Amino acid sequence: MLALEIFAQQSSADTTPRILLALTAFVLIFGIAVVVMGRRKSGQSKVADAVEIVMPTATLDSSQVAAVGVREKLSRVRSTFSGAVANALIRSSITQETWDELEEALLRADVGVATTTRVLAPLRDLVKAKKIVQPSELLAALQSEMTAQLSNSARELNFDLSLNAPNIWLVVGINGAGKTTTIGKLSAQQGKLGRTVLMAAGDTFRAAAGDQLETWAQRTGAEIVRGDDGGDPSSVVFDGVARATAKKIDLVLADTAGRLQNNSNLMEELTKVRRVADKGGGKVTEVLLVIDATTGQNGLVQAKQFSLATQVTGVVLTKLDGSAKGGIVFAIETELQIPVKLVGLGETIDDLVAFNAGEFVAALFA
Amino acid sequence: MFEMLSDRLGGVLKGLRNRGRLTESDVTEVLAEVRTALLEADVNVAVVRDVIERIRVNTVGATTSTALNPGQQIIKTVNDELVAMLGGETLKITYATHPPTVVLMAGLQGSGKTTSAAKLASWFKSQGRQPMLVGADLQRPAAVEQLRVLGAQINVPVFSEPGDPVVTAKLGLAEAQRLGKDVLIVDTAGRLAIDTEMMHQVKEISQAVQPKFTFLVIDAMTGQDAVTVAKSFDETLSIDGVILSKLDGDARGGAALSVKHVLGKPIAFASTGEKLDAFEQFHPDRMASRILGMGDMLTLIEQAEKVFEKEKAEETAAKMLEGDFTLEDFLEQLQQLKKMGSLQSVMGMMPGIPKEMKNAEIPDDQVKRTEAIIYSMTPQERAKPELIDGSRRVRISKGSGTTVADVNRLVKQFTEMKKMMKQMGGKGMLGGKRGKGSASAGMSDDLAAALGSRLGPR
Repeated sequence: MLALEIFAQQSSADTTPRILLALTAFVLIFGIAVVVMGRRKSGQSKVADAVEIVMPTATLDSSQVAAVGVREKLSRVRSTFSGAVANALIRSSITQETWDELEEALLRADVGVATTTRVLAPLRDLVKAKKIVQPSELLAALQSEMTAQLSNSARELNFDLSLNAPNIWLVVGINGAGKTTTIGKLSAQQGKLGRTVLMAAGDTFRAAAGDQLETWAQRTGAEIVRGDDGGDPSSVVFDGVARATAKKIDLVLADTAGRLQNNSNLMEELTKVRRVADKGGGKVTEVLLVIDATTGQNGLVQAKQFSLATQVTGVVLTKLDGSAKGGIVFAIETELQIPVKLVGLGETIDDLVAFNAGEFVAALFA
Repeated sequence: MFEMLSDRLGGVLKGLRNRGRLTESDVTEVLAEVRTALLEADVNVAVVRDVIERIRVNTVGATTSTALNPGQQIIKTVNDELVAMLGGETLKITYATHPPTVVLMAGLQGSGKTTSAAKLASWFKSQGRQPMLVGADLQRPAAVEQLRVLGAQINVPVFSEPGDPVVTAKLGLAEAQRLGKDVLIVDTAGRLAIDTEMMHQVKEISQAVQPKFTFLVIDAMTGQDAVTVAKSFDETLSIDGVILSKLDGDARGGAALSVKHVLGKPIAFASTGEKLDAFEQFHPDRMASRILGMGDMLTLIEQAEKVFEKEKAEETAAKMLEGDFTLEDFLEQLQQLKKMGSLQSVMGMMPGIPKEMKNAEIPDDQVKRTEAIIYSMTPQERAKPELIDGSRRVRISKGSGTTVADVNRLVKQFTEMKKMMKQMGGKGMLGGKRGKGSASAGMSDDLAAALGSRLGPR
């Protein structure tokens, strides 16, 4: 694509004709290729026969499942090593298989190829230098290294007491990540700290999102400001902040409609919500990106794009009570420097807890 | 964020060119890149291992066909393999002899069940059926309300009763029979696969309504856990097919491959947008390109095939490389280009186009304006833009309703580009041999590779 790069390098505001020319040239060439190669069909596609593969999965025994408490919920899937890591620990020395198994454990937890390679690289040197000999030492070193990489982040939720006006926490994320539920839980949590809360129902798009939020407001004793369905989310948030300012409410939790980060119009709408939220007398002190623990590598793209649009200040990792490990947030925090602040562990009101790096890393290998 | 596989392979493939046979180490090197691409696309680790092994068996020692170079052949093999794995038998929607035909929706929280239920209802309507929806998600606040609003939008009745989801589902079935509806879609609450109590509940719902089809809704962004989820739901409910949601995002959607491979059940539908009609039957071949990160080549190829006449196009390309390309030719190409769809979307589908270009906005009126300028030129001027002097410029700008500066810009950039194309033609930067029916005339290698893989099996 050298030709196109040359054209693109010269891009400036007035390049439309140039781009048209380049594109024309490219499409023309492409067209020829299509037509010419279309005649050379070689038709050797093979029908795949179904191959049975065996997936090592985390095994649970019933006594573990019976656990109920929040912390236990987090650890119930994770109290024993299983699968790849268990195999690695059985061996008496560190072999190529040991590395493959550790890599597989991290990949399985959705940590991602690039990040996995990055965290394993320094350990390879230590093993080569015989500073680490046993597989168990290697695992311990890997875990402590990964925990250390998560140790510099400030995970406190930003609440500016000196503000003398409402703090605004904006909650953003893709569809179905768990934004509305997170707001409900945040409201309960902040209420317990003695703060008064107002919810701004900025999701005017999804059917009945406002009703869902209203249920949470009732459950947690929060005020709520709603707009018309399909209305402008910025104005709902603005009204919410204005109401909170007038009534001297401490905290505005602003909900937004779920959106896919590649939808640029909707991302611009979100930028506007962020901008307008600051104009109603309060101040946006936290922009929380909600990410579902089952999310794969696209989570990194989400974090990048939502940060560009709204300057995300923290991540909330939801649905961590399932079998997914949420390893993508390790990549998000270490590569994009966005701290993970909270973890959601279920559907009850109290199961939003502070992120704990040590527990999280240990769980990745469970 | 992630490199296209074709870009990623560019470096590796250069070394493989012009060799007749693939050695084991060639293949290993290429397959390492394919593995990374698949993992970045969220294909499950175990499934990746399996795919790679099958590709290795099919490529090592294979004599390259005359049409494709070794790199192209590997990509083609990879692509064929993925299409075969994603495709296979498709799900035929049949209807129960005693209506209604019951469809049960299940999945994790936030996977998109409620929206998919409404979209599916809309799809059944488009098939001439009379669907009804049952809201059996009594867990999430306002879930039933959401379904009611969606139902109203597509004009499909929604039934729900507060209390017990199993009872609601049963009552919904009775209501559908009473109203003479022929399709009943039951939306259920999101649940975690490891929540035994909730999994038991959905099984009870299933036993109560005896669904003809049970669909598992999976988010296209799902990572490695997709297989665990799919297996648990399949063990509990015996899934008939998968609905892949949020496919309008930019996730590669490797979960589709994992789930298909592990369950062996077809991916029936894909949800591709916020609107309720953005719901279509699943195309395995397009999904394969997407997982490999090759752009939506198939659509582009289909459009190009419709628009381009081979002889004409070859002639124009030869002219371009000789430097004989005129504004007349440009105009013609521009018009063919327009037939392929909006320029932005054409550009979006092309593999290997630099980001700066993809991001550049091309308003459609700019295209019109460019056309207008060329239309306002005489045939002589179009053939020899250097003829265009000051007074001609004024005339052209007046004729086309643009400014002299616009005309200048077009002429200047056209001349520059012509020069550049000629240089490239001379140096062979756009590919070795020129003209005369050579397949890769003026085509760069990564594109050739991508094309090879797309065009082979068709």
